[in-house]
Amino acid sequence: MSAGTAKLNVTVAEVKPVNDLVTRFKFVRTGGGDLPTFSGGAHTVVEMQDGGITRLNAYSLMSNPADRGAYTISVRRDDEGRGGSKFMHSQVKEGMEMVISNPVNLFSLDLRAKKHLMLAGGIGITPFMAQMHQLSMMGGQFELHYSVRNASLGSYAEELDAKYPGKVTIYHDDQGEAIDLGTLLATQPLGTHVYVCGPKGMIDWVHGTAESMGWPREAVHSEEFLAPASGKPFEVKCAVSNKVVQVGEHQSLLEALEAAGIDAPYLCRGGACGQCETNVIGYDGKFLHFDHWLTDEQKAGGKHIMPCVSRFEGKTLVLDR
Amino acid sequence: MTIQFNDETFYGDFTFKNSDWAIKRFPFPFHEDSYMYSVNMEPHKSYRPGSVFERTFDVDEHYVSEMKDRARVLADDPLRCQSLPHMTLAGWDLVELIMEAKAAEYPDLFELHKDGNRWRWINKPLGIDDTFTFLDESTLPYGPMEYITRQTQGDFAVLDQRDDNLWMDAGMVTTQADWSLDFDIGMNFFEWHAPVPKAHEMGIFVRALKFLLNIQQGQPARRLNWTMTVNPLLDTSPENYHKWGTMKQGLTKDNIGEKQHLRVELQTFFRLPRSNALVFPIRCYLISFNDLVTVPKWGRRLHRVIRDLPEELATYKGFIDNRPLMVEWLSQYDDGSPTSDGIWPDE
Repeated sequence: MSAGTAKLNVTVAEVKPVNDLVTRFKFVRTGGGDLPTFSGGAHTVVEMQDGGITRLNAYSLMSNPADRGAYTISVRRDDEGRGGSKFMHSQVKEGMEMVISNPVNLFSLDLRAKKHLMLAGGIGITPFMAQMHQLSMMGGQFELHYSVRNASLGSYAEELDAKYPGKVTIYHDDQGEAIDLGTLLATQPLGTHVYVCGPKGMIDWVHGTAESMGWPREAVHSEEFLAPASGKPFEVKCAVSNKVVQVGEHQSLLEALEAAGIDAPYLCRGGACGQCETNVIGYDGKFLHFDHWLTDEQKAGGKHIMPCVSRFEGKTLVLDR
Repeated sequence: MTIQFNDETFYGDFTFKNSDWAIKRFPFPFHEDSYMYSVNMEPHKSYRPGSVFERTFDVDEHYVSEMKDRARVLADDPLRCQSLPHMTLAGWDLVELIMEAKAAEYPDLFELHKDGNRWRWINKPLGIDDTFTFLDESTLPYGPMEYITRQTQGDFAVLDQRDDNLWMDAGMVTTQADWSLDFDIGMNFFEWHAPVPKAHEMGIFVRALKFLLNIQQGQPARRLNWTMTVNPLLDTSPENYHKWGTMKQGLTKDNIGEKQHLRVELQTFFRLPRSNALVFPIRCYLISFNDLVTVPKWGRRLHRVIRDLPEELATYKGFIDNRPLMVEWLSQYDDGSPTSDGIWPDE
């Protein structure tokens, strides 16, 4: 199979600042026609031609999954990041043509659930917006608890509260409001599934609390895309393609492979899905594993690396690519 | 209509037959002179006009009779079609996938007209003209999966994806090679594959599952699988083993060419967009040994494959007792000359 997913040619139909940090983008199919249906929780990978660099960032689809006319995403500007979100904020204009991937869902609803309890932190709200569209269409039970820094940075908070009365609770950090997770989890009906999307600390907190309260592992779902970390440049030898590739300070190993024309598979580009797992043939140095995919045992074993987020420091690294 | 549909049976008097057209396009599954398991998956893209790989859902001369056979099997045993409550949305996904594909690829046989969620579906070979509301079950005579799979050749396993596994939570299974939906319903990928020999130690299932979990919208995949069936039976289910199992004992040197059939499954895999489920259509093609050896390359190759197949596989596929007879009969058609690569007949 070739790398990544089938591509869609789209045109930017709207660029709308939501607040100081978040901007919303609307895509329609270039030349007209329907976009594929998707399921709540799906993301798309947006390709950005930024000077000589191709950036590929995954963003959750937040629009109504049944609306095949347009997709919308929201992008939070990360001034410390490697530039993808800055590119979206500063370079992407209405009318621009872009390429995005077919929808991929790594955070789907468990449709057996009697009730869906959603916990969002910050920009982690976006996949839930599509899921709430889907559930309200199907008559599913849900409840959203949404934690924001303050009212002005609480993207879509008021709109969601108005749209789903009685189902949405907003928590403002600056007013000392916080989700009372223990009580919340203790008072759910049997058959409830919990979903969390937000910062890493929040995800760990939800998993840890649920586990300590005896929730089944299968009933707690999370999604966290990591942005690839920057680090020292390194060199990698690719045995199959017989190429030596330099990985730059602000480049991921996956991006460096792609730039060298090596066919490397991927889906999430964020250390979660496992698709880019690559065998290590030999190394002399130290791995910096940042992914959620490999087990601790595998990370210690030195035989596998996830090139989308993980790095290497040392003399030589030989990969089976 | 472009296809002449046969009027034939897959039970009783077994009037099933393949035309020359059907023989020529038969999906012969062996690309070399031997066989072992592999995760032999490839993208399900249109390939080789006229072949069974050209269309998303192949329709052939057996269509109308196969659908009658399905209705007959369901009337006897309604549990061949089951859908757990959370799989209804996946059923609608399947309705959309099949109707859109068939209407686009066989416009002379099928039509789909949409007015918002109000859909009109015309199936000319089966004489159906229904109007219904998409996503409203009360507007169809059956549940959505049952409705569309009563009109589509092949079995359908609809798999829910959760907890990094696939779950057999819905299906329409009337043309199966000795497995039971009623037994497997609710099982996960490893549970329902537990009876398969050898493949576990080869790590086949771990790799296959990983591949399937990552199948994406717009990128379906396919593979071929095969077994042997005495008489052109579509329904070789465990439920009815007492009816067809004994037929395997009636094989002789004189009737094997007519009665013994190679059974090939074209298995495809599609991600379903609304439910994020996976649908696994399993389309069965049958060819008698007599018809198969009309293609000299296939006769030579089938002889070598069956002769050299590991014993566990011949046992699992249910023809270990008849193997000596098959090999003896097929050897008449193997002159020992080399065969060309790939599955297609030599031009």
